[in-house]
Amino acid sequence: MSTTAIAVAEHENYLNKEYGIKSWLLTTDHKRIALLYLMSITFFFFIGGFFALLIRLELLTPAGDLVQADTYNKLFTMHGMVMVFFFLIPVVPATLGNFLVPMMIGAKDLAFPRINLLSWYLYMIGGVLIMHCMLTGGVDTGWTFYTPYSTAFTNTKIIEAGLAAFVAGFSSIFTGLNFIVTVHRMRAPGMTWSRLPLFIWSQYATSIIMILGTPVIAITIVLVAAERLFHLGIFDPKLGGDPLLFQHLFWFYSHPAVYIMILPSMGIISEIIPCFSRKRIFGYKFVALSSIGIAVLGFLVWAHHMFVAGMSVYAALVFSFLSFLVAIPSAIKIFNWTATMYKGSISYQTPMLYAFGFLGLFTIGGLTGLFLASLGIDVHVTDTYFVVAHFHYIMVGGVLMGYLGGMHFWWPKISGRMYPEGWGRLAALIVFIGFNLTFFPQFILGYLGMPRRYWDYSHMPEFQILNVLSTAGSTILGVGYLLPMVYFLWSMRYGKLAPDNPWNAAGLEWKTSSPPTTYNFDETPVVDFEAYDYEHIPDREVPGES
Amino acid sequence: MSHSSAATAPNPALRHHFAEMEQQKNAASLGMWLFLVTEIMFFGGMFCAYLIYRLQHFNDFAAASQSLSIKLGATNTAVLITSSLTVVLAVHAARHGKRKLLVLYLLATIVLGCTFLGVKAVEYTDKFKEHHVPGPSFNFAPEYMQGHPEQSPVDMRHAEMFFSLYFVMTGMHALHMIIGVGLFSGLTWLAWKGRYTKDYYTPIEMAGLYWHFVDVVWIYLFPLLYLISRHR
Amino acid sequence: MFNNFPLWPERASTMAGNVDALFIFLLVLSGLMCVLIYVLILYFAARYRKRPGHVAEQIEGSTPLELTWSIIPMGIFLVIFFWGAVIFFQERTPPRGATEVYVVAKQWMWKLQHEDGQREINELHVPVGRDIKMIMTSQDVIHSFYVPAFRIKQDVLPGRYTTAWFRATQPGTYHLFCAEYCGTQHSGMIGQVVVMEPAQYEAWLGGTTSGAPLAVTGQRLFAELGCSTCHRSDTQGRGPDLQGVFGKVVLLEDGRTVTADENYIRESILTPGAKVVSGYKPIMPTFQGMVSDEQLNALVAYIKSLSQSQVPTKSAAATSPQPQIQQVQ
Repeated sequence: MSTTAIAVAEHENYLNKEYGIKSWLLTTDHKRIALLYLMSITFFFFIGGFFALLIRLELLTPAGDLVQADTYNKLFTMHGMVMVFFFLIPVVPATLGNFLVPMMIGAKDLAFPRINLLSWYLYMIGGVLIMHCMLTGGVDTGWTFYTPYSTAFTNTKIIEAGLAAFVAGFSSIFTGLNFIVTVHRMRAPGMTWSRLPLFIWSQYATSIIMILGTPVIAITIVLVAAERLFHLGIFDPKLGGDPLLFQHLFWFYSHPAVYIMILPSMGIISEIIPCFSRKRIFGYKFVALSSIGIAVLGFLVWAHHMFVAGMSVYAALVFSFLSFLVAIPSAIKIFNWTATMYKGSISYQTPMLYAFGFLGLFTIGGLTGLFLASLGIDVHVTDTYFVVAHFHYIMVGGVLMGYLGGMHFWWPKISGRMYPEGWGRLAALIVFIGFNLTFFPQFILGYLGMPRRYWDYSHMPEFQILNVLSTAGSTILGVGYLLPMVYFLWSMRYGKLAPDNPWNAAGLEWKTSSPPTTYNFDETPVVDFEAYDYEHIPDREVPGES
Repeated sequence: MSHSSAATAPNPALRHHFAEMEQQKNAASLGMWLFLVTEIMFFGGMFCAYLIYRLQHFNDFAAASQSLSIKLGATNTAVLITSSLTVVLAVHAARHGKRKLLVLYLLATIVLGCTFLGVKAVEYTDKFKEHHVPGPSFNFAPEYMQGHPEQSPVDMRHAEMFFSLYFVMTGMHALHMIIGVGLFSGLTWLAWKGRYTKDYYTPIEMAGLYWHFVDVVWIYLFPLLYLISRHR
Repeated sequence: MFNNFPLWPERASTMAGNVDALFIFLLVLSGLMCVLIYVLILYFAARYRKRPGHVAEQIEGSTPLELTWSIIPMGIFLVIFFWGAVIFFQERTPPRGATEVYVVAKQWMWKLQHEDGQREINELHVPVGRDIKMIMTSQDVIHSFYVPAFRIKQDVLPGRYTTAWFRATQPGTYHLFCAEYCGTQHSGMIGQVVVMEPAQYEAWLGGTTSGAPLAVTGQRLFAELGCSTCHRSDTQGRGPDLQGVFGKVVLLEDGRTVTADENYIRESILTPGAKVVSGYKPIMPTFQGMVSDEQLNALVAYIKSLSQSQVPTKSAAATSPQPQIQQVQ
C-alpha cells in the first residue's frame, strides 16, 4: 500500500508532514514506526494465516493427501514460528504500544527514538531471514525446537530460523527497554503512577518480561546453533547432555512469552470497557497490579509444559501449584471488567463488541488452562489438540480480539478517518463465530486423544467429523480477518474525517488532534485528572449510535 | 517543542523529545542498566547450564578444568581489571573536560582490551593444538588425569561437554569484548574531535558501564572455569 | 458418517475413571463459571445500555469484593490442585509386582520386550486386570508413549529410562500414539494395545515364538561381556556383588547415597565412573557403544531378577536356556 497516497485531514500532522519513502524509512517518530510495524506485522499475519489454512485443509481428510508429511511438518513449524515471533509477540506492543505509549503519558516520543527505529529494522532483518528460510526449504522441528531432534537429527534450516528468532528477539528487547525507560522518565507533569492508563501498566509489565525473558531464549538459540555448527555437546544425550535442560531454558522464555502476547491485549480491554460503559474502571489498583503479578508469577511456571517430560514428581507438584496461582490475577481482571459494566451506560460499537468477544474467549481459554495445570488431567491432554485449542483461545481468541478491538478504537486517531461501523460489527461477529467453530471442536478432539502435529490420521477415522468442523470454521475465521484489512484500507481514503475524540473518551491521546502532530502535543500537557475520569466528561452522542 | 523554561540556549546534544539534559541523562543511564539486566539473563542461561552439568559430572569437569592455563587466565584477569581502571579514569577525565587525557585513557582501554583478546587467541590456539576443541577430532590426553589415582577414569564425553561450555562462554564473552573495543574506538575518535564536554559525556559513561559489566562476567568466568576444585 | 462420531474416549484402565471424574468436575465447574460471566455481561449490556436519561453510576471499586473473588477461586484451585496431584501420584507410582515390559522407541516405531522374551513391534498384548509397568527408553529423539483409552502418557527420552504403568480393565484394541513430535513420520509412529482376557492372553503367549526370557538373555550377556569375572557372588570380586542390590540404597565412594533403580544400573553400565560404590576402585570400563538398548534392558532385567526371591518369571528358570545365541542388534 502506498503510504503517500493517504488523504489526510488538512492540519499538519505526522502523516502529511513529510512525504517520500525516505521520510518513512529513516523516521524516528514513534507513530510512523508504529505504522511501519503495522504493515510488516500484517504481512506476516497473513503468511502465518495462509499456513494455518493449509494445515486445516490437510486435516480435512484422515489421509495425508494434500501435502507430504515433510511439507506438513514444515507448515506447522513455520506457522508457529511466524505467528509467535513475528506476529503475536510484537503485534500490540510494536503497533498500538509504539503509537500510544508516549501519547498516553504526555511525551513527545519514546525515550530512544533511534533505538526504536533500530527495533523495526531488526524485526525486518529477522523477517527477511525467516522468509528466506521458508522459501529455501524451511524447518520441520516445530517452533519448540526440541533437542536432540533439532540438534542432531533434522537436516532442515535450523540455524537460519534460529537466527531469525534471535534477531527478532533483540527487536523485542529494545522495544521493552524503550517502554520501561519512557514510562519511568518521560511522564508529563502530574501523570503519577496511579494516574497511568491501564494500557500503560500492561505495556510496562510486558516490557519487564521482554527484557528478562528474551535474552534466555537468545542464548538457548545460540547453544543450539553452536551444537549444530561446531559439534559442541550441550544438550546431546550422546555426550551425557540433558535434553530436558533445553526444555527448561526454552520454556523459561516461551511460557512468559505467552504473557507478552496477552498482557497488552488485556490493557486494550481495560481502555475499551470503561469508555463504552462511561465509567471509571472497577478496582483500578487491582487491575494494574494484577498485570505486574502476572509478569512476575509468569516466570515461575514454565515447567508446567513438562509434566510428562521426565521431570521429578515433586518438581511437577510445585509447578502445578504455581500455575494455579498465576490464574488468580487473570481471574481478577475478568471480574473487574465485568464489574465495570455494572450500572454503566453501555453502547455497542465495534471496539466494545471485540471486548465482549475477548471476555468470552479469554474466559474459556483461561478456564481450560486450569485443566492443564491440574497434573492428573494434563498427563492425558498434553501434546493433544486440547492444548492446541487452549492456547489458540488465549493467543488468537484473546490476543487478536483485543488487538482488533484496539485497532478499531484507535483507528480514528491513527488515520484521522472513521472505519465503517456496520462492516466493523459484522466482521467482529464473523470472527467470533468462525473462531469458536474452528477451535472448540479441538477441545473434544484433544480429550479423545488426537495428538498434535499429526499429518495423517487414517487409522483414527473417528476424528474426522470434528476436524471437518474445525476446517470449516477456519475459512469463516479467515474471512473475518480479511474484512477489517479491506475496510481499514478503504477508510483511509473514503472514510469520514475523524474528530479529535470520536468516542468521547478519557485519556491524553484523545486530547490531541486526529491524526496527531509530529510531537503529539503542541504543549506538554499537565495532568490534573485521574485515569478514566468519565465522571467529568459530559455525555454526548458518538459515532455508531442510533 | 519549546524549552521555554531554559533561559540559556539548550545544549546542542539535547534531543528534541527531552525537556532538559538531566532527563536525557537519566533516561540513558536507566536504559543502559536495563540493557545490562538483559545481558545478565543472557549469560545467566549459560552459567545455569554450566553449573548444572558441573554438579552432574563433577569429576570429569574438574579434570578438564586442569588443562586450562591458570597463568594465562590470571594474566587476562589482571589485564581486564586494569582496563576497568582506565575506563574509570576516562570517565573522570571526561567529567572534568580534559579532552587529551580522555583520549589517552580510552586508547589505553582499547590496548588492554586487545591484549585480552590476544591472550585469549593464544589460549584457543593451544586448545586447538591439544585437540580440546569439541567435535570429531576431540581428544582428551590422559596426562590431565594424572595425579588422581583414587579417582574414576575421566569420561571423555563429559570432558567434551566441559570444553563445549568453555568455548561458548568464553566465546560469548570475547564477542562482547570485541564489541566493546569497537565501541571505544568510535568514542575515541569522537572524543578527539571534541564531541564530549563537561556537560555532555553520557556515551563515555554508558560505554564504561558496559565495559565494567563485561569485566564482571569475566570475574565470574575465571574462577568457575579455571580455578574451582581444580585439585579437588 | 455419524455412526463413528465419539465425543468421549473409551475408558479402559483403572486410571481412566479417576481422570474422567476430575475432568467432569472441572467441566461442570468451568461451565458454571462461564455461564455466570456470560450471563452477567449480557445482562449488564442489556440492562445498562446507553439511552437518554440514563447516566452511569461511578463506582470506585471494592476491596472486600476483590478479596472475595481472589480467595474463593484460590480455594477452588487448591481443591483441583490436590485432586490432580493425587491422580498424578497414582499415575507415577507403579504398584509392586507389576509385570514389566521394556519399550525401546525409535524413529518411527515402538519395540517392546516382554519379560518372557516375546518381542513385538507397534503392538502390545496385555491381559486384562494385571498391572503392567513399562520401562522405556529411546534410541534417538524424544518420543512419548500415549494410550488415550488408559489416560496415560509419558515422554520417552534417549539416554535414560522413564516409566509408566497401567492396569487394563476392558478387553479390546486401543490406540497407541507417539505424542511428542519426533520427525517426518511422527504421525506414523502409532500402534495398538491389545487387551485380552487372561485365557486368551495365555493362548497368545503360547502361540508366539519367544526367545529366552529377558532375564536369561541378560544372564548370558552378563557372562559373555565378562561382567561376572568381577561381579561375583563371593566376597572376592573386584566389583560389588549384585545379588539383592536392586531397589536398595547404595552408599557411594564420595559419601552420597543412591537408590539402585533401573536408571542407576543403566548409568553404571554406560558411565561406571559416575557413581562408584563405597569400598570399590573405579576400575570398571564403560560399555558405551558396546551394548544396544535392548541388550541393556536384558542386563537390567537380569540384575533385577537377582533381587527377587522367586524366579523372575514363571517360565524363566524352569526351562533351560535355548541353545542358539540370541541375536540382538
